[in-house]
Amino acid sequence: MSKTDKNEMSFVKKLVSNQLFIPIMALLLLAVINLINDPGFFKITLGTNNAGNPVLSGYLITILDYGSELGILAIGMTLVTAASGGQDISVGATIAIAGSAMLRVLCGGNSRPTEIQAPIIVAFLVACVVGMLCGAFNGMLVAIFKIQPMIATLILFTAGRSIAAWINNNELPIVPDPKFAYFGSFIPGIPIPTTVFIVIACVIVIAVVLKFTNLGLYTQAVGINENSSRLNGINPTFIKFLSFVILGICVAVAALIKVSRLSTINYSVIAKDIEMDAILAVALGGNALSGGKFNMWASILGAYVIQFLTTTLYKFNVSSDALAAYKAVVVILLVVFSAPTVRDYMAQLSKKFTNSKKEVA
Amino acid sequence: MSRDKKGIFDKMNDTNLLLTITIVIFFLMYLGAVIFQGGGFTKPQMFFNILNSNAALIITACGMSVVMITGGIDISVGGVVALVSMCCAVYLDKHNGSIIGSVFIAIGIGILYGLIQGFLVAYLDIQPFIVSLAGMFFARGMTTIVNTAPFNVANEQFNALKLTRIYVPGMGTTNKKGIYVPAYVEIGVIVALLIVILLFVVLRWTKVGRNFYAVGGNKQSALMLGINVKRTKFYSHMICSTLAGIGGYVYFLHVGSGSASHAMGMEMNAIASSIIGGTMLTGGVGNIIGTFFGVLSLSTIQNIVSSAGLDQAWWTGITIAAMLCIFLLIQSVVMAQKKKALKN
Amino acid sequence: MDEKKVLEMKGIDKTFPNVRALRNVDFSLCEGEIHALMGENGAGKSTLIKVLTGVYTKDAGTITLKGKGEVQIHSPQDAQKLGISTVYQEITLCPNLTVAENMYIGRTEGALTNWKKINEAADKLLKSLEIPATATQQLSNCSIAVQQMVAIARAVDMDCKVLILDEPTSSLDEQEVEKLFGLMRDLKKRGVGIIFVTHFLDQVYEVCDKITVLRDGGLVGEYEIKDLPRVQLVAKMLGKELDDLSDIKGEGGTYEGKDKDEKIFEAKDLQSNAGIKPFDFYIKKGEVNGFTGLLGSGRSECVRAIFGADRVINGTVKMHGKSVKINKPLDAMKNGIAYLPEDRKKDGIIQDLSVRENIVMALQVLTGFFKPFSKAQQYAFADEYIKKLNIKTASADTPIKSLSGGNQQKVILARWLLMHPEYLILDEPTRGIDVGTKVDIQKLVLELAKEGMSVTFISSETDEMLRTCSRLVVMRDRKVVGELSGEDLTQNKIMSTIAGESKS
Repeated sequence: MSKTDKNEMSFVKKLVSNQLFIPIMALLLLAVINLINDPGFFKITLGTNNAGNPVLSGYLITILDYGSELGILAIGMTLVTAASGGQDISVGATIAIAGSAMLRVLCGGNSRPTEIQAPIIVAFLVACVVGMLCGAFNGMLVAIFKIQPMIATLILFTAGRSIAAWINNNELPIVPDPKFAYFGSFIPGIPIPTTVFIVIACVIVIAVVLKFTNLGLYTQAVGINENSSRLNGINPTFIKFLSFVILGICVAVAALIKVSRLSTINYSVIAKDIEMDAILAVALGGNALSGGKFNMWASILGAYVIQFLTTTLYKFNVSSDALAAYKAVVVILLVVFSAPTVRDYMAQLSKKFTNSKKEVA
Repeated sequence: MSRDKKGIFDKMNDTNLLLTITIVIFFLMYLGAVIFQGGGFTKPQMFFNILNSNAALIITACGMSVVMITGGIDISVGGVVALVSMCCAVYLDKHNGSIIGSVFIAIGIGILYGLIQGFLVAYLDIQPFIVSLAGMFFARGMTTIVNTAPFNVANEQFNALKLTRIYVPGMGTTNKKGIYVPAYVEIGVIVALLIVILLFVVLRWTKVGRNFYAVGGNKQSALMLGINVKRTKFYSHMICSTLAGIGGYVYFLHVGSGSASHAMGMEMNAIASSIIGGTMLTGGVGNIIGTFFGVLSLSTIQNIVSSAGLDQAWWTGITIAAMLCIFLLIQSVVMAQKKKALKN
Repeated sequence: MDEKKVLEMKGIDKTFPNVRALRNVDFSLCEGEIHALMGENGAGKSTLIKVLTGVYTKDAGTITLKGKGEVQIHSPQDAQKLGISTVYQEITLCPNLTVAENMYIGRTEGALTNWKKINEAADKLLKSLEIPATATQQLSNCSIAVQQMVAIARAVDMDCKVLILDEPTSSLDEQEVEKLFGLMRDLKKRGVGIIFVTHFLDQVYEVCDKITVLRDGGLVGEYEIKDLPRVQLVAKMLGKELDDLSDIKGEGGTYEGKDKDEKIFEAKDLQSNAGIKPFDFYIKKGEVNGFTGLLGSGRSECVRAIFGADRVINGTVKMHGKSVKINKPLDAMKNGIAYLPEDRKKDGIIQDLSVRENIVMALQVLTGFFKPFSKAQQYAFADEYIKKLNIKTASADTPIKSLSGGNQQKVILARWLLMHPEYLILDEPTRGIDVGTKVDIQKLVLELAKEGMSVTFISSETDEMLRTCSRLVVMRDRKVVGELSGEDLTQNKIMSTIAGESKS
C-alpha cells in the first residue's frame, strides 16, 4: 500500500518538476475556461475568404496564426537568455528595422510603386542581414564589452523605430504584389495559414540544429559558468554573440510575417510590446531568466499560451488597450506560483495536511 | 606588488569616478551648445525650461537610481506616471475633487505599487524585471480602463496651481522690446530639487541608504554583515514606486491632462539618465547628483538636436540611444581599465 | 553549564532534502580557547557553523551561550547581536564600499552614519592590527589578503565572545597566516573563544588547544590537542586506520618505455599577461613534475600560460620537438594537453549540468561543434569513469553541484582523462577535499605516469608534491628560481630554495 503511495508520489513529483508542466497546465486551464464560457470556442470552420479561396477559421486557428511571430522569437530569445543570462528587449524595434529594410528593397524607396522592385526572396535576405547586423551589434556590446544584455539592447530599443522610419524617409510604402501577402495570410488553395508552415519550418530547423550540433550544450555551459567553458575550449564570447545573431534571424522571419500581414508598416505600432511577450514566453516555459539550462520546446509552447491568453481575453470583450492589465495579473499569478519560496511553502502545507490526515486515521 | 603607485583610478571610488565623468561631460556639452549654437542656450530660461519639462523625469529617475543601486530594476515607473495622471485627472475633473485629495491619490497609488512590487521582489524572490514588467502592463492597461480617451482638466484650482510660476531672482533677461522677463520655474521643479537633496542625504548618511549600496554590491555579503537584505530590497522598491507616484503628479501638473499614452518610454529615459549619471546596472555604484545631471544631459542633447534643425522625430530617439551607447562604453572601458590596473 | 564555557551546543540535528547533514552533534567552546573543528568534506562542519550563525535553522537541539541562557538564532543578525562573529573563506564584504564602512555597516547605532567617527575608529583599529589599508579606501582596491584581514578586524571590533574562522587561511600567504595567528593568540588572551575550521593540519597543531572531529554528520569526539597525534586525527576523520601515506611513491614503479627521455612539451621564454616573468619549462614522457612556491608566487599562472588560459604574449612552445602555437585552451587541448584548474567552483565545474555532461564536455568540444555524441555514447563514457574513479553520485544525470567537493573534483578529473591527454596539468587537485580522495588522486597520478602520461602536479602541501613528483620547479615572486630533482627533493631544500638561501 505504502509502496504504491510512494510511486504515485514520485510520479506526481516528476510530473510537477517537468518544465513543460507549467505551460501545459496553463494551456489546459485556459482551454477549460473557454470551454465553460463558450463550447463553440474550439469549433473550426472551413469557409472562403474575400478572394474566394478556402480558409480555415476559428479561434484555435487565430491562436496558431497570430502566435507565430511570438513562437519564432521565443526560439532566439531562449538562446539569448540561456547564453547571456539576460534578455533582448530590442526585438520589437529590430522587427521594425528589418521590416522597413524589406519594404525599402521591395518598393525601391518609392512609396506607391506599381510593381515590386526586387524579388521577395532578395528582400527577405536583406532583412535577414539587417536583423543579423542588429543582433551582432547587441551581441558585440554584450559579449565583447560585457554590458548587461537588457541595457545593451536598450540602445536599439530606444533608437530602433526611429532608424526604421529613417530607412524609408518616414514614408509608409505599400507593397503592390499580392503574393507578398501570402506569408501573413493564406496561399490560395491551402486552407491553413501560411504562418503555421513558417513556424513548423523554423521549429524543424532549430530541432535539427540542436540535434546535430552542440549548440545546446555550449550555450548552457556558457550560461552556467563562463570561466569553466572557456577552459574547456569553448569560446564564450562567440557563443553569446552567436545567440544574438540567431535571434536576429528570428527577428527577420517575424518581420516578414508582420509586414506581410499589412503589406505595409507602421513604425511606432509594428510588433509593439512583442519583446515583453517573448520574454514572458521564455519565463512561462520554466526557463530561468538568469540563464543556464533551457528547454526550447517549453518556450515555444509558452509563446502559444500567451497568444491563447490574448485571444481568450479578446473573447471576453477586453479592449486591446486594457488587455495588458489582465495579462499582467495572469503573469504575476504564474510567477508567484512558480517562485521557489512559494513552492516550498506549499510543499510544507501539503505535508502538514497529509500528516494531520494520517493522525486522524 | 606595486600598490604604492596610486593612479587617479585608485584614489577615487567607483561612484565618484563615474559621477565626475558625467558632470564634466554635461558642462562640456552645455558649453559647446552655448558656443556653437548660441541663441536659446545663452538665456538662463532655456536651462530652466529644461528643468520645467523634466521635473517628473528627475523624480522618477532618482527612484530608479535607488533601485538600481540596490541591484534591481523597475520598468513600471512610466506606467505608474500615466496611471497617476489619469486617476488624478478623472478625480479632479469628473468628480470635482480637491487638490489635496488628488495628491493623496497620486502618492497612494505609488505606495500601493511599492508595497506589491516590493513584496514580490524581496520576499518571494521573483526577478524584479519580470515583476515590474507585469507592473508596467498592469498600469498601462488600468489607465485605459479608468478612462479610454485623453482629456484636459478644467478644474480651476488645479489650473491655478499648474500656472504658478516661481521667479528666480537675477536670472531674467531683457527681450527685444526692452521689457525685463524674469526667469521662472514651476512648482514641480521645487519638488524635484527637494527630492534630489533629500535622497542625496538619505543615500549618503542614513543607515538604510548605505544598506542599499551594500546589498547592491554583494547580496550574500550584505546578509553576512548583518543587513536585512529582504527589507532593504523592499524599501528600495517602496521608494522607487512612491517617487513614481509623486513624479506622476508633477508630470500631471506640467501637462494638465490625463492620457493613456502619457509618459511612454519614461522608464527607459529614467534608466538611461541613471546610467548616464554613473549608476551601474550591476548595483552598488551610483549617486543621486549624478542622476540629476544625467537627466540634464539627456534633455540638453535633445534640445541641441531639435535646435540644430534636425527636428524629425527619429533624431531624438537615435541621439538618446547613441548617447546611452557612448556612456555604457565609457563605463565598461573605465571599469575594465581599473580592474587591469589593480591586477598588476 | 560549566563556568568557563561560552558556548554549548547539544543534540543538534539538521536535515536537508535527501541528506541528514547533522545527527545529534554536541559542541562546546570555552573562554580563551582556540578550538579546531575538523572533518572531511561533507562531515557537517559547515552545516554546524551555519546553524550557529543562523544561516540555517536547526531541526532539533539547543544552543546555550554564557550569560544568555538558551538562545534561538534565526539570522546572521541574531548571531551578531549575541556576540557570535564569523570570518569566511570567501570574502563576505561589499567590494563597492570603503574599508571603514565594511567594518561598521550593519552594526552601528542610530539611523545616521557618522563618517568622521567611523573613519577615525577604523583607522585606529587598522593601525593597531597592522593592516595595510586606509579607512577611506574602496575595498575592491585592496588585495584579497587585506580584504580578509578587514573582515577579521570587523569581527574583532565587534567585541565578540565567539569568533568563527571558516578556512580563513586558504587565500593568505605564510607571513599573512603568521600575522593572523598572532591576532588569534591576542584575542585568546582577551578571553574570546575561537572556532577554527581549516584543512591544514600544520596550522591546527600550531595554534589550537582542542579539536572536535565530525564524520558523516555525527560527532566523533572532542580531544585535547596534546592527546591526539596527527595520524590519529586523520584516522578519526576518515573513520579507519590509515596506511602510511608517505609510501605510495615507488609502489607502482615508473614509466619504463623506450621513449621515456623524449621531451613531450617544451616552452621557451613563455610569458602571459597575468604578470609572470618569462620562463623555460619542459616535461618528459611519463614524468611527474611540479611547480612549487608560496601562494601568489606564480605557479598557477605558469601552468595557465602553458594551457593558454591567460593570454600568451611571448615565447615559443614545442610539442614532441615540433613548434606549435597555443593561444587559447582549445589549441592546447588539440595538442593533447589537459588542465584541471585551481578553483574548482569558478573554473572547473559547470554547476547545473549533469555529471554526464560535465564528464564528456572536454572531449565533446575537442570532437567538434558539429559532431555531438549520442546519448548512449555519453552514458557509456560517464558510467565508465564513474566506476573507474569511484565517483559517488546518485546517477549520471545528477547535477554536479549536488556532489561533495571531492567527487566534483573526480568528475573534472574524469573529464580530462576521457580526453586521453598526453600531458595532464593538475593545479591544486587536492585542495579543499577530504583526505581519502586526496590519496586516491595521488595514487592515480602515479599510475597514469607509469602508463606514460606526463603530469604536472601543483599542491600547497609540500609533502604531497614530494610524494608524487620526481622534479620540482621552484618559484618566487612570479619568477622561476630553481629546479630540484633526485637527492635534492627534501622539505628543507625546497624551503631554502623558496626562501632564496644559497646553502641549506
